[in-house]
Amino acid sequence: MIYNAGEYDVAVIGAGHAGIEAALASARLGCKTAIFTINMDAVGNCPCNPSIGGTAKGHLVREIDALGGEMGKTADECFLQSRMLNRGKGPAVHSLRAQIDRRKYSSVMKHKIELQKNLDLRQAEITDIKIDDDGTYLLTTRMLAVFKCKAVVIATGTYLGGKIFVGEVSYESGPDGIFPATFLGRSLKDLGLPLRRFKTGTPARVLRSSIDFSELEVQKGDEPPQPFSYETESLGDNKIDCHISWTNENTKQIILENIHRSPLYAGKIEGVGPRYCPSFEDKIMRFKDKPRHQLFIEPCGLDTEEMYMQGMSSSLPEEVQLKFYRTIKGLENCLIMRPAYAIEYDCVDPLAMNATLEFKDFPNLYGAGQFNGSSGYEEAAAQGLVAGINAALKVLGREQVVFTRANSYIGTLVDDLVTKGANEPYRMMTSRSEYRLVLRQDNADERLTPLGYEIGLISEERYNKFLEKQELKKAERKRLEKTVISPSKEVNQILVSHETSEINSGVHLIDLIKRPQLDYKCLAEIDKDRPDLDPNIFEQVEVEVKYEGYIQKQLKQVEQMKRLENRLLPADFDYKNIKGLRLEAQEKLNKIKPLNIGQASRISGVSPADISVLLIYMAQNRQA
Amino acid sequence: MKNSTIAAIATAQGEGGIGVIRISGDDAFTVADKIFFNINGRKLADMKGYSAAFGKVVSDGEEIDEAVALVFKAPHSYTGEDVVEISCHGGVYLTKQVLRSVLDAGAVPAQAGEFTKRAFLNGKIDLTEAEAVIDLISAKSRSAARAALFVKDGALRRRIDGVKESLLAQVAHLSAWADYPEEDIAEVTDLDIIDTCENAITVLSNLLSTYDCGQAVKQGIDTVIAGRPNVGKSTLMNLLSGYEKSIVTDIPGTTRDIVEDTVILGDVILRLSDTAGLRDTADTVEKIGVDRAKQRLKQCGLLLAVFDNNSKLSENDIELIESAEDVPAIAVINKTDLQQNIDIEFIKSKISYVVYISAISGEGREELTKAVEKIAGTANLNPSEGILSNERQRIAVANALKSVQEAKQAMEIGLTYDAITVSLEDAITELLELTGESTSDEVVDRVFHNFCVGK
Repeated sequence: MIYNAGEYDVAVIGAGHAGIEAALASARLGCKTAIFTINMDAVGNCPCNPSIGGTAKGHLVREIDALGGEMGKTADECFLQSRMLNRGKGPAVHSLRAQIDRRKYSSVMKHKIELQKNLDLRQAEITDIKIDDDGTYLLTTRMLAVFKCKAVVIATGTYLGGKIFVGEVSYESGPDGIFPATFLGRSLKDLGLPLRRFKTGTPARVLRSSIDFSELEVQKGDEPPQPFSYETESLGDNKIDCHISWTNENTKQIILENIHRSPLYAGKIEGVGPRYCPSFEDKIMRFKDKPRHQLFIEPCGLDTEEMYMQGMSSSLPEEVQLKFYRTIKGLENCLIMRPAYAIEYDCVDPLAMNATLEFKDFPNLYGAGQFNGSSGYEEAAAQGLVAGINAALKVLGREQVVFTRANSYIGTLVDDLVTKGANEPYRMMTSRSEYRLVLRQDNADERLTPLGYEIGLISEERYNKFLEKQELKKAERKRLEKTVISPSKEVNQILVSHETSEINSGVHLIDLIKRPQLDYKCLAEIDKDRPDLDPNIFEQVEVEVKYEGYIQKQLKQVEQMKRLENRLLPADFDYKNIKGLRLEAQEKLNKIKPLNIGQASRISGVSPADISVLLIYMAQNRQA
Repeated sequence: MKNSTIAAIATAQGEGGIGVIRISGDDAFTVADKIFFNINGRKLADMKGYSAAFGKVVSDGEEIDEAVALVFKAPHSYTGEDVVEISCHGGVYLTKQVLRSVLDAGAVPAQAGEFTKRAFLNGKIDLTEAEAVIDLISAKSRSAARAALFVKDGALRRRIDGVKESLLAQVAHLSAWADYPEEDIAEVTDLDIIDTCENAITVLSNLLSTYDCGQAVKQGIDTVIAGRPNVGKSTLMNLLSGYEKSIVTDIPGTTRDIVEDTVILGDVILRLSDTAGLRDTADTVEKIGVDRAKQRLKQCGLLLAVFDNNSKLSENDIELIESAEDVPAIAVINKTDLQQNIDIEFIKSKISYVVYISAISGEGREELTKAVEKIAGTANLNPSEGILSNERQRIAVANALKSVQEAKQAMEIGLTYDAITVSLEDAITELLELTGESTSDEVVDRVFHNFCVGK
């Protein structure tokens, strides 16, 4: 019997990385919030890989933290090994990546949710969603409980219509053998959401004692490891090592002999998979000339012997997996504990949403994470935060927040999704940001903490600390400008040892920092009166001094884009009325309804000529 | 929204046998019917599209001209609106009078480029076409028309695409290498980047240098005809321009001021200035003329130094030969029909191009044309290779070049690849803008600013 189970301001469907950030943000902003999970032991699960961060994803985690989100802190608490990727390639592409203890991550997150005020964690499969007469949403569970909710965030991940493929075997399932959400998809379709199918996958987990590490390359963490969160003081030591191995000609042969048994190549999978983390058989088929591929062997936790095989995702039959894994050095006698699999799931066309992640045609209904066509824990968490914040603000009657390409990777991610759409699972990359010398992982707090404070997710205490840090940073910059280094034998020796020219007269410290060959670290002996500051302050100052010209240039581009973004387009406008627009542009503009000219200019299928037409049309109408 | 009805003279002013006044807009027929009276009494508004009427243009009750009116019905017209084109007898005065009566009847004067802007807004042409149309309008010579057509068909685009592709490939490599540090992607090396930069710099610099040739083709070269009095400068000018503009007499000092005209020589437009003869003079008016000529000589893009084959070199001649060393110059030896008394070897030692003509018989025109084409750089200029033909294109290429140079410099001082990538991306953005793959307000503004009235 259907029964009335209560009311919530905001309900979040799904307790993965997107759902968690959405629910925590909403509850912290003061909304009575529920978060529904199909399985209480799958909260914050990491079924894809045991790591958080990576290129551009590390930026997202820092940004989430700067806004008061949870992912960075929990990753720090569960870290096993941490590395700053791309050192030496420049500050714009520095990205933090941490191996984490995946079971611990899940239980720490679950506990935080349980302790959160205003937030109820409930095990329930939502089977139906309907709009009530008063515009609220009625969520029905498998147990026939009905919840009346003012706003809803859908964050169903790979559970929605989930289907697993391993060779010829396929069955309906969520990740890690947890049952899927089989009813909700139908209900969302009935509601009118444009659903389609995407695909992703994961490699096998192998028993540690079955691996011969003796001849494998070791990959160690950074010393000292850096945390994600601006609030984490210290991480302690790295706890594990990872290992690197390579596939070979034999591996390739086995794939080629068995490719017809791949469900993707046999045409059984209709979902669109990503180009950037293809299954191993995809790599072989698409890059036939490549003699070998790299794989990373990563521990899944401290109290488990399961080892993750990064790079070896596959949907070939179990026995073929075992055969090709065993061609790899170190894995000759490996035992597969969990086979690799591909998973297909329902997700929505993100063009149906606007930049607050609210559906254009369904007020108070939001989407986040893989449901929106993205891929990755970090991308999911970022959207969860955006959707959760906006759902709560909507219920509270406060103004919605739009993150921009100019202030964050989060804004870039959301803008890409809702403007360009996603033809494959969307992964964040540094190359997706045109302002990447401004949007660095080191200055996420400077870019976003004031906004987090304004929204209400950053405490007074943390905000004051942030302001203090900004003051110290300003003072440090001033010190560099004022401090004069006089030429001396000692100074010149240090300069020459770093392959840069000697000085003949006094120079300002700032001019030495500007030299590409020099940095804070190597100037320590010269810079004797240096204050004892948070290393992040030195990092930010150094980058800003060294890349000043570039940063200024990008800020100028930001201003130009802002001018286009300030030219708003009416939401109810029918673009068919502008004859000069090409048909494709009319259709795209009518579908996406961009907020402004800037967003319109980023729509694929809207050409520069179309934008010119829009500009001229608007100018003409202003005159008329 | 109702569009205002605009009108303007659509033919080049002061040229041609007829003048065309174009009227476009929702009230085009109403306006035209107020001043144009069809000989058979039928209103233009009642006529079919693509039809013509013969009649009278009447202003203030007075017949001012006989004319033909062409009727175009929306959307089948250049602008996509209702259009009437009135062809009247040419001449500045008459054409302007007809336009005035059209404006009195309710039309408003068209802004520069407004017809094309409307055509563009009504979906009759796209932005790249619009730009090529601009070039077509101002291209007066065959070569210019050809180059403009090739821009539209993508000759320039192919050339730019080449650079763009190599930069994109480099940036893609840099991005992959930065975004996938754990995949085994080939290291990007300093050498790769410097190589890409240098190639791009070469192509972009070459493109930029074609701009001047392009300009020569399109706008013409500022050309000065100079020489001692009565060597035949004005005769040469008249020969080139085809009709008498300078007052030609055999009294030295006839041309007192700078007389200007535009002529087409081969593929090149020459904007000719016939100057007062270079000689010391006591006549104040003539002296001003001579000074002005000397001044003009220093600034010109091409000097046609005219000498008399029949006389020995005078001091003024030698002075002219010396100034010819500082500017692109052709020594034109006139009066080859008379006996050679001139020291031709001396001239050849100072001026690399020497041609012989007889201005009176027209001999040597071919030779002169070839020399001019060589100097203008158009002899080797193959418009099908694509050249830059307007200021917007030049700026985009110059900016792209600057960004690539910036990237190369950053490499050389040892800045990290992320900064270099950003510079290379800026270059790509500029090139994309050039080929119309992205845009900003300024592009459109500039496109329409450069537009002449009429097609």
